[in-house]
Amino acid sequence: MARTVIQGHPGIGVRVSGPALVAHDNFSARYDLNRIEGVFSRPTHKLYGESYVGKVLVLNIAKGGVATAWMLREMASRNMAPLALLLNWANPIIAQGAAFGAVPLVDRFEADITGLIQTGEDVDIDPSTGRVTLSR
Amino acid sequence: MAMNLNDAEQAMLAGKMGPARHQAIAQQIAVGQFFDAEDFVPVTQAHIMADTESLGETGVTFLESLASLPEDQRRISIPTITDPRGADFQSYQRINHDPAYVELERRADRAFRALGVLMTDTCINYQTVMPPVRGEHLAMGDTGVVIYSNSVFGARTNYEGGPSALAAALTGRTPRYGFHLDENRRGTRIFRIKDQPRDWSEWGALGGLIGRRMGSYFEVPVIEGVTQPPTSDDLKHFGAAMASFGSTALFHMIGVTPEAPDTKSIFDGPPPQAEIIGSNAIEAFFGEYAMADDALDVVVFAAPQLSLFELNRLADLLHGKRVHDAVSVIVATSPENKRGAERMGLDDKITNAGAILLEGVCFYQMHARELGEANGWRRLMTNSAKLANIIGGYGYEPVLADMERCIASAVAGRIV
Repeated sequence: MARTVIQGHPGIGVRVSGPALVAHDNFSARYDLNRIEGVFSRPTHKLYGESYVGKVLVLNIAKGGVATAWMLREMASRNMAPLALLLNWANPIIAQGAAFGAVPLVDRFEADITGLIQTGEDVDIDPSTGRVTLSR
Repeated sequence: MAMNLNDAEQAMLAGKMGPARHQAIAQQIAVGQFFDAEDFVPVTQAHIMADTESLGETGVTFLESLASLPEDQRRISIPTITDPRGADFQSYQRINHDPAYVELERRADRAFRALGVLMTDTCINYQTVMPPVRGEHLAMGDTGVVIYSNSVFGARTNYEGGPSALAAALTGRTPRYGFHLDENRRGTRIFRIKDQPRDWSEWGALGGLIGRRMGSYFEVPVIEGVTQPPTSDDLKHFGAAMASFGSTALFHMIGVTPEAPDTKSIFDGPPPQAEIIGSNAIEAFFGEYAMADDALDVVVFAAPQLSLFELNRLADLLHGKRVHDAVSVIVATSPENKRGAERMGLDDKITNAGAILLEGVCFYQMHARELGEANGWRRLMTNSAKLANIIGGYGYEPVLADMERCIASAVAGRIV
């Protein structure tokens, strides 16, 4: 099977594989999510209404406040977290949340990551190398 | 890239200073390596955002596990303060705040006190607790506090989310990356304002407009064209909104902020083309929060907490008036300002009109979705661009307006 490899900066967390949920939009757990129901809840977000649970979230940049640093771990404790995060640009809050909550994170890719992966594609993420592999 | 660790840092990592400091520095190293930090920098204060909506049971249990350690292992090592909490223990019943959440908050409060944390419960610590000084390295845990500390004071901090600020409190240091480094504090974009904002809500709108255009945490906007020095409250709303709409931790304002005496000195090389923002853009920003009808449920003054001067203006606007029975007015300030407001008679003017003055909390940090459901609040009016940005995700319909119009609407019982 053909493979496409996308190189990012070495990230945080363990290697995982799963289906992607992609949008060229930004991310904050507090601003954008209904964390009880596990869906995007900000009406203006491009993923409004979509479930993010168990998905590899592929988005543009981390935005907004600091709460995500706690929230990723809280979501993971209820099995309501995304499987991993791939961003063009993380910020410290997302990195801190990933480290505290053990949610894999990679950012700073060769090109706009939201244009390289399609929703539903299976994605393999190795944060130790920053390598993201698609089955195509 | 592995970070360089000194003897004390290696001892912490090896667990020789207990499990709390071991866990803290391991987490800091993971973040430091993510951002290519070469080493740590000592910090003089930490500021922790840890409302229980963010913590959940998991986070509170984590704090309690630290609090149960022997004192020498659990005590923080630098002065450490808190951001707004998730419940006002004095007034929670007035807003139908679920007692289960309040109890969770009490547990977090007890745990923090056991660690030696000072429960300031404020996001305006730079106005009320201890303003930083230029060049001081900090671990600040609220985006509004970070951007104000970096920009207005010339201090040095990254966004330090709750677990990270707590880690800094335990280790007394933070990874040296981002805005601790000279090279990341230079301007990257210029915005020239044609019309200076006229009040706090317009400063917030301007901050939101600029924040939206920022492409990453590492972009640093430079603002030209400010003709009159803004007040601390102006810059508070400006920075808080910019940080909220973007992910911005530092701005420079030519002739106002300390690292930007002139345009030339804040850029490496020729400045980029200026992006113009006029009053039409600010009007359009307000227009994004206009509603098709005049229904109104709740008016909120918060995000950031109100200064004494804001409370004074609010008291003047409410004095002798009565909030309509169909509308709630919620005001959030720091515990210190609440005491001051009581001592100076502002509290009476605000509450006699029917408004609720909360202390040590912020509206969006106390289970706003559940509060909305418990009180039937959906249409929310505010003069805070930051709150307007956040609260839509909690199921509210935000309307942005200046403080005068917010009060007039609260009294009329509909948006005017």
